[in-house]
Formats: sequence, structure tokens, C-alpha cells
Amino acid sequence: MKWRSAPLVVRGLPSLPALWAAVGVVAFLAACAVGALMGPVHISAGTVVSALTGGSIDSGQANILWSLRFPRVVLGALVGGMLAIAGAAYQGVFRNPLADPYLLGAAAGANLGATLAIAFGPGTTLIGVNLVPLAAFAGAGAAVVGAYVLGQTVSGLRSNTGLILAGVAIAAFFNSIQMYVQQSQTGSLRQVYSWILGRLTTAGWDGVWLVLPYVVLSTAIIFLHRRLLDALMVGDDEVVTLGISVRRVRLIVVVAATLGTAAVVAVGGTIAFVGIIVPHTIRLLAGRSYTVVVPLSMLFGAAFLVLADTASRTIVAPAELPIGVITAFIGAPFFIVVMRSTRAATL
Amino acid sequence: MRTHEHKAGAKPAALVPSVVVVALLFLSACASSPATSSASPGTRFPVSIAQPGGTTVTIAQRPRRIVSLSPTATEMLFAIGADSQVVAVDDQSNYPASAPKTKLSGFQPNIEAIAGYTPDLVIAAEDTGGLVHGIQALHLPILIEPAARNLDDSYLQIAQLGAATGHATEAATLVAKMRSRVGAFVASVAKPARPLRIYHELDNTYYSVTSATFIGQIYKLLGLTNIADAATGAAPDYPQLSAEYIVSSNPDLIVLADTKCCAQDIGTVGSRPGWSGIAAVKSGAVIGVDDDIASRWGPRVIDFMQAVAPRVQQLEKAA
Repeated sequence: MKWRSAPLVVRGLPSLPALWAAVGVVAFLAACAVGALMGPVHISAGTVVSALTGGSIDSGQANILWSLRFPRVVLGALVGGMLAIAGAAYQGVFRNPLADPYLLGAAAGANLGATLAIAFGPGTTLIGVNLVPLAAFAGAGAAVVGAYVLGQTVSGLRSNTGLILAGVAIAAFFNSIQMYVQQSQTGSLRQVYSWILGRLTTAGWDGVWLVLPYVVLSTAIIFLHRRLLDALMVGDDEVVTLGISVRRVRLIVVVAATLGTAAVVAVGGTIAFVGIIVPHTIRLLAGRSYTVVVPLSMLFGAAFLVLADTASRTIVAPAELPIGVITAFIGAPFFIVVMRSTRAATL
Repeated sequence: MRTHEHKAGAKPAALVPSVVVVALLFLSACASSPATSSASPGTRFPVSIAQPGGTTVTIAQRPRRIVSLSPTATEMLFAIGADSQVVAVDDQSNYPASAPKTKLSGFQPNIEAIAGYTPDLVIAAEDTGGLVHGIQALHLPILIEPAARNLDDSYLQIAQLGAATGHATEAATLVAKMRSRVGAFVASVAKPARPLRIYHELDNTYYSVTSATFIGQIYKLLGLTNIADAATGAAPDYPQLSAEYIVSSNPDLIVLADTKCCAQDIGTVGSRPGWSGIAAVKSGAVIGVDDDIASRWGPRVIDFMQAVAPRVQQLEKAA
């Protein structure tokens, strides 16, 4: 199969500079440290370190760290990394700077699935797993498949526009059903609202295990296609001259990104803006090549969401602030500052 | 039928001579919904009812076709014997079972659909979607009886509905009965030196209630310390608590008002990550209550206290 050898063919493109790789890793680890050390309950740094290194600590504090705080940090990293890398992949595949992981209706589908599960099947479990994330996952998948099939019949995938418009239409359609269910089932309004704003509040290690396989698979596939995304950036013809099916690359990357997005949205809700600002910030600061954008999006996306989640559980402690509020409130101004200071907002 | 609207300051007694203000005693306790009602209980109309925002609604004669868009108002109307005058209640009014439930919505009110029941009095808990404006345009009286902040608010609303429907005596009897039951519950708990800590759960994303809410006031009466009160800075009424905080506050008693919406019980609470060590979970002091009873400010607040107070008493004895 010709497309498999493609990454070798497209050699000579820039690879990830060691300095940026180091900065990314340090930022990620620092964010995780902050996330582990801060919370509504004060636990000293020494205690946190003993907990991590297997020292003996108070069982109440161990419970809070291991059952609640650490899984949230891990989950935040997985969700943030996944949304950012999926955003980068979507932007590359569609050659559209506004593409985010929800472009083809994943968020609308997940919202609808979750709303239906919350309204009509409260507390239902399927093979031991809460129905809400499963329904959200199914909804996200259904929306994207629907958009893909619809887009293909419209344009035969010769142009991305048909696909994107199909995604917009599917999202609007799913949103209307979701809003209807939401307003007719007022008893579950607060939960639906809380779900849509996004939260890592209630998921523990269960949530981590639920998303981990999808995130690993999805990020691995996108990672392997980073050089082809670079070729796509030049144009479809560039990929075709390499003897590779553009349609196939697009399909594989979209499926991978969607699978990962659907999984993290299922446990974290539709957290806004991460998939847009993180990859663009990296393009502005570190370079446009996907060999740079893909790995750094993963690291900085993870760091960003871990910090945002730390803020969401500490700013108004002991109450919680929805994480979707924070990602956009902090993310949007930060992004504008980066854009103004680099003066090179291009894709 | 005619309705008169005028500002509260315009001396209603001068315009409607038969109306005597009987609810002045309540005014200091409750600024949100003061009432005036008929002097001869249950017989004399017109009556004037003071409304939130300072307006007054006048009801010219004893209503015979009431539409209630508030589940709490529905429960109150049925408890004071006005049931035969109620022709339609909203889709959320599921108690009592004999209430004439319809598809009318109190959240997305449809004025035309309400008018279809040819009401002579409309009652709602909030003015959403231009409800008051729309009903007034039809020259019909509409009463807004908003979510109560405390028991006095609730008693006052029952008195208002009694006056508005010609059941002032029954309303007064109900209020007296509620007062005495509440008093008995309050007297039954010891209020120990170290108050018991309560966590009240509205849904399984840990939204809770502070002491500023109706249900929070009930806990205060029972001498409990509400762990949600630490979060009033974030949201004065219904904050969403952080799991770390709930676990570390180690509540002695957990009341689940999400048994219907979210199918929560002691089993699901105990299996949440990190929750098994909480005192309430270990001692089994996790009470499931009907979501509706715990979110309405009507006569069934007694049922709510009946579910909670004996448990508080038990825990106090054990302590």
C-alpha cells in the first residue's frame, strides 16, 4: 500500500525542535504538579509527594488525593490533549482555520445523546457503565457519520465545503431535538445544563479508563499522519503526486479525531475552545508544520485543560465553576494577545 | 369580569371598601409577597392581592375556573379545598393525583392555550415568556406566587390563595396546622453543642442548597449545619459543590433530593469514588426524598420534615 510509506516520502520537512519539545514537556509536568497540589481542600506539598511515592499519609487525605484529585488531573490531561490534537487534525484535513473537533456535529450529537439519557434513563447503567457517557459517545458518532454520508452524497468529497455544510446542518438538526427534549423535560434541566457546560467533576478513574483506549488509538493515528497533514496543507495535488489517496487520508484522520473527541466529550462534556486556541497558539509561536503542531498541541492542550480544571475547582471553592466557562474566558483573551504579538495569524 | 391594576401605594382600601388588610403582621417577615385579604373569610369579594413588584391584583368575584401553572400553588389550592374551582393545572403539577393535569407549561407558557380553558384566575410561580402581560391583555387576573424563601413566605402564599379563592378559613386552618406540626418537629430535635452537618443534594453533579433557600431554612430550624453555606460566595442559593469539599466536610447526614431525576440512593452515593468514608455513608444516614416534595414550598413540607427530623433525632442520640 502506497500511502503507508508516505511519511518517509515527505521527508525533509521540519521536525519538532528539541527546545520546543522540552518546553512542552515542562509545561505539561508543571501543570500536572499545580493540579495535584491545589484544590478546595488544603493538602501540603509534602503529603502530596508522599502519596505519590507510596509514603504513609492520613487515610482521609489519601482518599481525597487518589479518589478525587489525581484522577481529575489525569482526565483533564487526556481530555485537553485529545481536544487540541483533534482540533489540529480537523484544521489540517479541512484546511480551515475555524475547524474544531465539533465541526462535523460531534458536540451537538453528544449533547443530544446525553440529554436523552439524562431525561429518559436516569441512573441507567449498561454493562456497569453509566448510560450518559455511552449515549453521548453514540450521539457524537452518529452526528459525524451522518454529516460524512450526507456530505459525500452532496459533493462526492471533491470539496470540503459540502462536508462542512453537512456538519453544520446535522448540528443544527440535533440541537433542535436536544432543545426540544430539554425544554419538555424541565425536571432534568439543571443536569443537562451542567453537562453542556462541561465538567470533570464527577468522573473518577472510571472516566480515565473509559477514554484512555480511544485517546491512545486516536492520537497515535493522527501522530502517524502528521507529515501527510503537512502535504495536505500545500494542496490535494501535493498528496496525489505522492501517490496517496487524499480521500483515504481525510477519512482516516477524521475517523481517528472523531473517535477520540467523542470519547472525551462523553466524559467531560462539550468543553469549548480548546481545539481552536491551542493549535493556533502553537502555529503562531512554534511553527506551522504538523510535525510541530501535533505533538505540541497534545502537550499544551493537556497542560491548558489541567490548569483550567484546577481553576474551576479552586476559584470559587468550595463551589465549582463550569470548566467550559474558564476555557473560553481565559483562552480567548490569551489567544488574542498571542495573535497581536506575533502578527502572523495564518494557517 | 373586570380587573383593576394599581400601585400598592394607592390605598387599596379606598378603592375597594370591603377589603381590610389582615396580613400586615407578615410584612416585616416577608418583603417579597405581602397579602391583603377579605375581612369575612371565604365570602366577600372583590379582594385585592399584593404582588411582588408592588402591584395589586383585584379579583372581582369568587373564581370558578382557575388555571394553575405552578405545582406548588396546585398543591396549596387542593389543600385548602379549592379543588372544585381548578379547571386546569400545568404539566409539572403531578400532585395530588386528582389535579386536572394538562399539557400547559409554566416554563414556556402559551397564552392562547391558557385562554382556551376560559379561566377567571391564573396562578403561576414566575412571570416567564411574557405571561403576566399576555394574561392581563385578556383582562384576566393573574397571581404570581414565587418560590418561597422561608416558611413564613409559604404560609403567606397559602393565606393569599385562600383569600383569592374564597377559602380564607380553610387556609388559616391549614397554616395553623402546619405551624403546629413544624413546631413539634423542631421541638423533637435536641440541637446539640456540635451541630450535625448536612449535605443536601439536588442532582448527581453536586448542586446543593444554602441556608438562604426554603429547604435550607428548614435545616436551620432543625439545628443542622449546612455544608453548602461555605459556598455562598460563589452562588448564594444553589451552588455546585466540589467533590473534594463534600468528602472533606464529612457530613453526618445526606439528603438526596435526586431520587427521581437521577435515581440516586445510598448505594450509588457509596459507590462514588472517595465517598465511602463519609460519616453519613458509613452510618447509613443517607435519606432519599421525593424530588418534588423537596423542591416545592407547599403543605407537603410537613412530609419532608417527617422524613428528615426523626433521622436527625436518631443521629443526635447516637452521638
